Amino acid sequence: MSAKSENLFMVSLKDAAAGGAVALALFGVLIGMKAEVASGLGGQLGIEYRWAAVAIAVAIVFGGRLLLNLFVWKTDKPVTATAKGFLPSAKPLAKLGKYAMPVFLILAVVLPFLLMSAYGSRGSRQYLDLAILVTTYVMLGWGLNIVVGLAGLLDLGYVAFYAVGAYSYALLAQYFGFSFWICLPLAGILAAFWGIILGFPVLRLRGDYLAIVTLAFGEIIRVVLLNWYDFTGGPDGISGIPRPSFFGIEFERGPGGFADTFGLEYNSIHRIIFLYYLILIMALVTNFVTMRLRKLPVGRAWEALREDEIACRSLGINTTHTKLTAFALGAMFGGFAGSFFATRQGFISPESFTFIESAVILAIVVLGGLGSQIGVVIAAVVMIGGFEFFRGLEEYRMLVFGLLMVVIMVWKPRGLISTRMPSITLSGKKAKGISADLVQEGHG
Amino acid sequence: MDYFLQQLINGVTLGSIYGLIAIGYTMVYGIIGMINFAHGDIFMVGAFIALIFIVAFGITAGLPVALLILALIGVLVISMALTAAWGWTVERIAYRPLRGSFRLAPLITAIGASITLQNFVQISQGARNKPLQPLISGGFTLSDGGPDGSGFIVQLSYSQILIIVVTVVLMVGFTFLINKTSLGRAQRACEQDRKMASLVGVNVDRTISLTFVMGAGLASVAGLMFLLYYGVIDFYIGFLAGVKAFTAAVLGGIGSLPGAMLGGLLIGLIETFWSGYFSVEYKDVAAFSILAIVLIFMPEGLLGKPEVEKV
Amino acid sequence: MSSWETNPVLTIEHLTMRFGGLVAIDDLSFNVGRGDITALIGPNGAGKTTVFNCVTGFYKPTEGRVVMHRTNGEHYLLERMADFQISAKAKVARTFQNIRLFGGMTLLENLMVAQHNPLMLASGYSLAGIFGLATFRKAERQAVEKARYWLEKTALIDRADAPAADLPYGDQRRLEIARAMCSGPELLCLDEPAAGLNPKESGELNTLLQYIRKEHGTSILLIEHDMSVVMEISDHVVVLDYGEKISDGTAAEVKDDPKVIAAYLGVPDEEVDAVEEEVGI
Repeated sequence: MSAKSENLFMVSLKDAAAGGAVALALFGVLIGMKAEVASGLGGQLGIEYRWAAVAIAVAIVFGGRLLLNLFVWKTDKPVTATAKGFLPSAKPLAKLGKYAMPVFLILAVVLPFLLMSAYGSRGSRQYLDLAILVTTYVMLGWGLNIVVGLAGLLDLGYVAFYAVGAYSYALLAQYFGFSFWICLPLAGILAAFWGIILGFPVLRLRGDYLAIVTLAFGEIIRVVLLNWYDFTGGPDGISGIPRPSFFGIEFERGPGGFADTFGLEYNSIHRIIFLYYLILIMALVTNFVTMRLRKLPVGRAWEALREDEIACRSLGINTTHTKLTAFALGAMFGGFAGSFFATRQGFISPESFTFIESAVILAIVVLGGLGSQIGVVIAAVVMIGGFEFFRGLEEYRMLVFGLLMVVIMVWKPRGLISTRMPSITLSGKKAKGISADLVQEGHG
Repeated sequence: MDYFLQQLINGVTLGSIYGLIAIGYTMVYGIIGMINFAHGDIFMVGAFIALIFIVAFGITAGLPVALLILALIGVLVISMALTAAWGWTVERIAYRPLRGSFRLAPLITAIGASITLQNFVQISQGARNKPLQPLISGGFTLSDGGPDGSGFIVQLSYSQILIIVVTVVLMVGFTFLINKTSLGRAQRACEQDRKMASLVGVNVDRTISLTFVMGAGLASVAGLMFLLYYGVIDFYIGFLAGVKAFTAAVLGGIGSLPGAMLGGLLIGLIETFWSGYFSVEYKDVAAFSILAIVLIFMPEGLLGKPEVEKV
Repeated sequence: MSSWETNPVLTIEHLTMRFGGLVAIDDLSFNVGRGDITALIGPNGAGKTTVFNCVTGFYKPTEGRVVMHRTNGEHYLLERMADFQISAKAKVARTFQNIRLFGGMTLLENLMVAQHNPLMLASGYSLAGIFGLATFRKAERQAVEKARYWLEKTALIDRADAPAADLPYGDQRRLEIARAMCSGPELLCLDEPAAGLNPKESGELNTLLQYIRKEHGTSILLIEHDMSVVMEISDHVVVLDYGEKISDGTAAEVKDDPKVIAAYLGVPDEEVDAVEEEVGI
């Protein structure tokens, strides 16, 4: 062993020992000593000691850090450099973005049939439910992408519009007996309306201030839903929300039902498949409208706003209106998704609209790469799909979720797909994507 | 009038706790311009560490007063140190690698850190409420409700006095630290211009780390106070307290230490009076509405410096 | 009578701007002649950029009037208008001292953003645009043609699809001028367009400005430090010092004004007094 590598070993060992010491300080109390209401003490707290768990945690940190030091961080030729040869580099990944869209689209369209043939109608139900959930988040991500990714406005209260959409549908159906197809546009309009009402006073704020005010609005709406018992049912929520019909044909057994009308045998999976295609179409409409708008003056103004607001004003762009359109449009798609959520669940309560939902949607947008539509899809599949995949981990999955948010962000601060494609070119298709380093993230 | 006085006392107590947390937000925002979203959860961790040691040491109301105070000071010191370690770790892992990167990235890692801390405590300490038998009972009765006993009884409890006194002492010490020591000077230098500060020999990374450590230390004090005052904590207290403390920091003018304290007091008072005179259910709405109104009409806060738009 | 007195495009009357106790501009009045190239010069901190910010609505002046006289006979009181309307309605465009381009967007996109308002109208506030109606497609084609024209005039056409932030400094300055021209201004305000340019680029800029003035009839108001640029192309020069106007006239007149020389060379106060006595003020 040469002197240099011995030195490396000592340095790594020292560093790992320091890491272990910090871990001991952190975990010694919170893991090692659990304050629990002991049964024998008449409701008083007692301490349950778990030193073995602490030892394991510290050993993991020490060992992990030692290995990383030895083979990755401090060596001249880290293993990751060798491993990079096997991993796809960034360039093909950018190209992947181009072809991923059609592949995802085809996959999404044939998914129910694939699942049905693979698992049968009974077995595929849970996968379809997951697909519906992921697609809902894709739609929410696309909606928020208009606000955060294109216009550069940081919105931490997006879930408020999701809630407005869901409650609009539930209440309209409950009080007026409107069907899903009437409520859907109304819910979107109401959400957009709230977007404008909330957006108008706050849109001159910048950056983090805007973020925190939108967070506050999101919480206000949730607290009101929680406490306005007569109108919203408070914490009990609203149940018995009507299911969507196939343009008037209900999904039920017997004559006049969907199966009967189309000469099929009744199967409860029909409704699930219908719901899947419904959210898929809604999401694709969101995507289509966004991609269209991006190539229109209003979309270009959003992006210009993200780049430099003062320059926009010097060019005669009404920045307040421009921000409001982005905010209202994002809110509208959030509202659509909300009313879909209500009809799928049949039951809603304020618990579904907590801040954590906003954080998850924002994380999907940022992790995917701001402004990138396909990035949102990938991030939603990874985050939501992964989250459900680890259902067996029970309470640990939220912990893993939080850690993943940190790790992915540190690894790729600009998100997975971060190249911006020009909205218009002189030279036709040849134009190259713009590196994320040049693209601003907005200040408002 | 008596009712008013009681609300005032309660409001000042609550405000002191918010103020202590708000200092952490304001210092971090001042120095690196980010909302440390996990700070509320650091406060929660501080409360848990304090609780564990109080139980482990067998501190109860039955101890002689001098011993009780000594033991609480011991718990305070330990929990400040351990909470500071948490604050340091969060900064080291989630924020430092992203320094100088794109602005949204640390916000997302902060949210991730917040989720992680909450769920870590939920798993390691259990999701149930942790009730603690009151340690400090009794107090002064300022008004016994009049001769016929029909009026309102106003009490200033010993725990309230403790909270207010500790807060004042910490504030004075802290102001001294920031204004007179070389650490404070380094901190203010980093606030003005980080690159220039490092050019003239300030260790920027260390200064920022220390800022997080100090913020976390103060948050753990707030955690212990919260525990003593309310007597019950759970893993979720950090979120709401954090948002309100951030509101306080913004209200007072972000970046300003006296502002954070003033903002904390105001939020505490507003919340208490709202609950006392209008409705308890909507007290959070009151606090959040204040936040929105202040930011819209007075974005620089009460004691902050106005930001001039450079063209 | 000089042209700026008989046929002004912009009149500034008794303009005063205070920031707290600081008086940045003090009772300033001057005219910008239609079709002229007018230079606003003065030592650092004289208040030149503040004048620009008042004209383009980024600051609201404490006192005074700023009137834009458009060729179609309309008059606009700029001190009362919001900044974006000054560009949209009064047709005053500007550039910035520390260039403000949309760095992550291509050159072409930058110039398309500058044509936002007419395009917005043509797209029926996006509704017609979403469905790709022919009227909008035609308007968009025209906008691209206009952008192409200005890219050619500024010799940037080869990089039309490259991101603006990738351009070298001198090209960025020209792109900013092209972008301002795409908004169809009648008065173009340039804040130090020649700053940081080499002599060759500076010469090209002069040609460009004279072309703009000659072919498009756009009046130009510019802030400049480079005296060779000022003397070569300006029809009218206004000199500011400490927020006050100290000289106003043709380039030749201003050049020989002892107060201008004193302000620029920083002669001691006694000498200024002596000079002032000599010229009789």
